[in-house]
Amino acid sequence: MENPSQQHIRIEVSDGASIPDPKDRRIVTAWSISIFGAITSLILLCLLKSDPFWNMLQFVSDGVIVTFQVTIFSILLAIPIGMVTGLGRLSQVRAINLVASTYVEVIRGIPLLVQLFFIYYGLGRFFGVGGIPAAVIAMSFCYGAYMGEVFRAGISAINKGQAEAARSLGFNQSQTMRLVIMPQAWRTILPPIGNEFIAMLKDTSLVSILAVADIMRRGTEYAGQYFNYFEAFTLVALVYLIITLILSKGVSIMEARLNYYDR
Amino acid sequence: MTANTPIISLRNVYKFYGQLTALNDVSLDIYPGEKVVIIGPSGSGKSTLLRSINRLETVDLGKIVVDGVDVNDPATNINKVRQDLGMVFQNFNLFPHKNVLENLTLAPTKLRGMSQEAANLLAVELLKKVDISDKAAAYPSRLSGGQQQRVAIARALAMSPKIMLFDEPTSALDPEMIGEVLDVMVNLAREGMTMVCVTHEMGFAREVADRIIFMDKGEILEEGGPEHFFANPSHPRLQKFLQQIL
Ligand SMILES: Nc1ncnc2c1ncn2[C@@H]1O[C@H](COP(=O)(O)OP(=O)(O)O)[C@@H](O)[C@H]1O
Ligand SMILES: [Mg+2]
Repeated sequence: MENPSQQHIRIEVSDGASIPDPKDRRIVTAWSISIFGAITSLILLCLLKSDPFWNMLQFVSDGVIVTFQVTIFSILLAIPIGMVTGLGRLSQVRAINLVASTYVEVIRGIPLLVQLFFIYYGLGRFFGVGGIPAAVIAMSFCYGAYMGEVFRAGISAINKGQAEAARSLGFNQSQTMRLVIMPQAWRTILPPIGNEFIAMLKDTSLVSILAVADIMRRGTEYAGQYFNYFEAFTLVALVYLIITLILSKGVSIMEARLNYYDR
Repeated sequence: MTANTPIISLRNVYKFYGQLTALNDVSLDIYPGEKVVIIGPSGSGKSTLLRSINRLETVDLGKIVVDGVDVNDPATNINKVRQDLGMVFQNFNLFPHKNVLENLTLAPTKLRGMSQEAANLLAVELLKKVDISDKAAAYPSRLSGGQQQRVAIARALAMSPKIMLFDEPTSALDPEMIGEVLDVMVNLAREGMTMVCVTHEMGFAREVADRIIFMDKGEILEEGGPEHFFANPSHPRLQKFLQQIL
C-alpha cells in the first residue's frame, strides 16, 4: 500500500460542517447542490403548502435570532477560554500545563448534552443564573476546550525560529506571543474557529431543552401546538442547513483571504 | 570599558544534552571590535556556543559575561542584554506577516521607545546599507534568500547592537547569493562592529577574521589569526577538517 502524499494541513478538531474548497471553481459541487436544494425546497414548501410551512417559518424566525445570539456570545467567550487553555497546554510550567490539560481531558470525556445540563443546572442552583446567560456559559466552557486544541495546534505550527528571532531582538515572552506568534497563528486558527462556530450553532439546538427559545425550540413549540412534528422538523432542518451552508462558504472565503502574505 | 576588557567572556562552560557533551570546558574572551570566526564540523557545538552567549541556550556549568553582565545570573534581565546582541540565523527567520520595513521597525519602536517616524528613517538608512532599498514594502516571501538574509542583518542592526552573532548566515543560500550577504558582513566588519561568526566561508574568514576558532566535539581545539591558522594548522583534526573544506 502506498501512502497518499501529505497535502496542506488543516486543523480539524470537532465535526463542523465540511468547508468547501476555496480553489474549487466548478459550479456543480456538493455545496451548490445542497444550498440550491435546500432553498428551493423551502420556497416550494412555503408557496405550495403555506399552511403550515409559511406560518411555521414566521414562527421559527424569532428563534434564528436567539440561535445566533447564543452562538455569537458563546464563541466570543470560548475564544479567550480557548486561548488561555491552548497557551496553558503549551506552558513549560507543569502546574499550568496540568490544569489546562485536565480541563480539556474532562470536557472531552463527557457528552456535550450532559455537560450543558450539568453547568446549566449548576449555575441555576448555586448562582441563580438562568436562561440564555447560563446556556452561553455552558456552551463556551464546553467549546473552550475544543478551542484550546485549535489554539495549541495553531501556535505550535509556527516555526520555532520565529520565537527565537523575536527573543534574540530582546522581546520578552509575552511580547513575542503578541507581536510575532499570534498574528501568524491567527491565520491557521481562524478557519477552524469558523468551523467551531458552525458546529456550535448546530449544537445550540441542544440548549432548546433548557428553556431557550432558539430555532429548535420554536419548531418544537409550533409542532406541539398543531401536532405536525414531521413538517416542523423538515422546516427546522432546512433552516439549519441553509444557515450552516452559508456560513461554511464564508469560512471558505476567509480561509482563502488569510493566505495573502504567502502569495 | 577599555579595549583590553573582553566584551564577551566564557569561563569553563559546559552544556549537556543527556549523555552528549555539546560544550566541553569552553573558555573564550572576545574583545570590543574583534571579529571572531568559529569553524568546525557539523555537530561540534558551534551553534550551541553562539546561542549560549545570548542565552537562547542555557549552559549547565561555567560563567558567561557579556558587556559586564553575567548572562546566567537569575537577577539579569536577559531581554535587556539581548537588545545589544544582534543575531542572524541560518534560516533568516524574518517575520512573514510584516513587510520588510516593519520587520526592521518592530523592535526599535517597541523596545527602544523610538517613534515610528524615527524608526522608519533608520530602517530606510539600513536598507540602503544592505543594498535593498527598493524592497521596503515587500513581504519576505517575495524576496530571494540572499535578500531575506540581508534584511535579517538590517533588522538586527536596527537595534544598534554592540555585538553581532552570525550562525552560518550563508549556509541556506544558493551559491550565487552568498557573495551579496558576505559583502554586507565585510562592510559591517570594516565599520568596527564586534562580530562572532559561525561560517564555512574560508575566504570570508581569511579576509575579515582577527581570530579563528576551531571546535570539535564541544571543545575549542585551536585558535589563532588567519595567517597561522591556514598556514600551520597544528591539530591533526583541524588539518583534516581544512583538507575537506578547502
Ligand atoms: N536541543 C537539543 N537536544 C539534543 N541535542 C542537541 C540539541 N541541540 C543540539 N544538540 C546536539 O548538540 C551537538 C552540538 O550541536 P550544535 O551546536 O548545533 O552543532 P553545530 O552548530 O556545530 O553543528 C550536536 O551533537 C547536536 O546534535
Ligand atoms: Mg549549527
